[in-house]
Amino acid sequence: MSILVNKNTNVVVQGITGHEGLFHTEQMLVYGTRIVAGVRPGKGGEWVISGKVPIFDTMSSAVEATGADCSIIFVPARAAPDAILEAADAGIALVVCITEGVPVQDMMRVGKYLEEKKVRLIGPNSPGLLTPGECKVGIIPGHVARPGNVGVVSRSGTLTYEVIHALTQRGIGQSTCVGMGGDPVHGLGFLETLELFEEDPHTDKIVLIGEIGGNDEERAAEFIADRLTKPVVAFIAGQTAPPGKRMGHAGAIVEGGTGTAAEKIKALEAAGARVARHPEEIADLLAGL
Amino acid sequence: MRLHEYQSKQIFAQNGIPIPRGRVASTAATAKEIAEELGGRVVIKAQVLVGGRGKAGGIRLARTPAEAEELATQILGMQIKGLPVRRVLVDEAAAITSELYLAVTNDRSARRPVMVASAEGGVEIEQVAHDTPEKIVRVLVDPLLGLREYQAREIASRIGVPRDHWKTFVQIARGLYQAYAACDATLAEINPLVITDDQRLIALDGKMVLDDNALFRHQDLAELRDIDEEAPEEVEARKYGLSYVAMDGDIGCMVNGAGLAMATMDIIKFSGGKPANFLDIGGGAGSDKVAAALRIILSDPGVHAILFNIFGGITRCDEVARGILAALETVKSPVPMVVRLVGTNEAEGRRLLAGAKMVTAATLGEAARKAVELAAHRAA
Repeated sequence: MSILVNKNTNVVVQGITGHEGLFHTEQMLVYGTRIVAGVRPGKGGEWVISGKVPIFDTMSSAVEATGADCSIIFVPARAAPDAILEAADAGIALVVCITEGVPVQDMMRVGKYLEEKKVRLIGPNSPGLLTPGECKVGIIPGHVARPGNVGVVSRSGTLTYEVIHALTQRGIGQSTCVGMGGDPVHGLGFLETLELFEEDPHTDKIVLIGEIGGNDEERAAEFIADRLTKPVVAFIAGQTAPPGKRMGHAGAIVEGGTGTAAEKIKALEAAGARVARHPEEIADLLAGL
Repeated sequence: MRLHEYQSKQIFAQNGIPIPRGRVASTAATAKEIAEELGGRVVIKAQVLVGGRGKAGGIRLARTPAEAEELATQILGMQIKGLPVRRVLVDEAAAITSELYLAVTNDRSARRPVMVASAEGGVEIEQVAHDTPEKIVRVLVDPLLGLREYQAREIASRIGVPRDHWKTFVQIARGLYQAYAACDATLAEINPLVITDDQRLIALDGKMVLDDNALFRHQDLAELRDIDEEAPEEVEARKYGLSYVAMDGDIGCMVNGAGLAMATMDIIKFSGGKPANFLDIGGGAGSDKVAAALRIILSDPGVHAILFNIFGGITRCDEVARGILAALETVKSPVPMVVRLVGTNEAEGRRLLAGAKMVTAATLGEAARKAVELAAHRAA
């Protein structure tokens, strides 16, 4: 079992004809994901991947014809806000935006609009979702994961793969892996994800991977203390990061003395979470729970 | 991307915010001319992209054009936090009655723009927020509606702006929001916003930080980037789509992904070493990219070992391995290198690198321990 996506999820790929869109659609199909449609304006009526996936011009026509309930976005950054809105207006319940480099003010406007809609957004700048053995909506390498009872939620990309890989190597499987995305303003956050894991009967333990910048981890800590009954192991990347320097993507920066790894670790430990000092220690701490 | 004070204030002025009369100068002679034009007392302000200019002596008051020239000569010869001062702003001096703080920035958790204001202007706002949080007023703004007049009035009232000035304050606050929205800023700040003895409101200092991800639609603003103010390695890195931050340790790192790059630095420290840098090669990793990354890492003479940590996803390990091999043909590394490749096409990647003089590691922990040992050995 899982959260957010499973073997019955019907996925439409927005930007399916691009280099990344096509490559990852194939990967998702190989993993067993039900990819029911692709969207690329101007190419409606064509088929891709050896005639396996039909292309539509618009999201509304794709949803109407296929009943897709989930979309994944690979379009360029300047088109991504539009793609998210189009998915929401077409009635998609879950939108996963892989695209990185989306302007933050665009995401604030999009986020405000989505509040009125019944839609969940993952990302942008997200590696997506993976329910091992059932469904992959994203770019997480499928072979590093295996089914199990640990829910993984993360702000990072490759660090998430690293952690999943380390767990799998130690024989610890995952229920669902959620890559929230590293941008300062994004959709689904730690709180909502932790709540979903709490309610999921097949998730017994949770791994939370945070990083410097913002206060998502501090708010997650409050939630862990107040509401969560399942045990949490956390890791915060950027303990050695200097303040005022952006470490890669826009979300990872220590600003005005807040957002440091030390504060986040302190808050999580105070909330009862076990905090690993480095990624490989996560499995040790989980085994001890 | 940060803008200089003079650039920020020009944008403010275009959005209806009163700023002092003044111009920017790169020579003392020009500074003198500007002072003559302005008449009366002027302030000479170093234009560098770091905080603490005042404390460093980079902001001085001149009573005469001759003094302006003298002070400009001094300031233009200064370095502030390692940055040489190339330009000064010469502004008319204001007789100040009170100093306010006004800014708009992104509230990440509320996912909204937020106006931040205080009656305690002219000082570090972080200090005010820390010592007397009750003196900071925050008002969230609907990003689809923008800052409304009533909200700006509410801010004026809550920070105690005298009623006579409300109309001007509302105009300034809305102008600031407009500048923030129009430029895709992540911060637009007036500190201080002063009320002068002759009852005018003026933005005495200004600061804007722009969203790098939005520069594609602001070509005019992108051209304002002052690469003289950035570390040359960081400029070089950006050219190749890498992101690089120099640190003071001795183990160079090349990693794909920001989170993993930070975690790699963390585990180096945990293993008893010190990272020399943060370097995210991003998605994909052709040989030119890897070569550029290698050159940048090796340009730091303090590097005693290099750790490559690649977790293949979109990035394929064999592609990175080829990149490393090709890079090593053009860039000779005098220091030992440890490589750890996992994920997509890892077997092929390892096979390719088997012939190269590199130390391999299976796990992140092992890679870090080996890099720390090798660096210590070389340093000794």
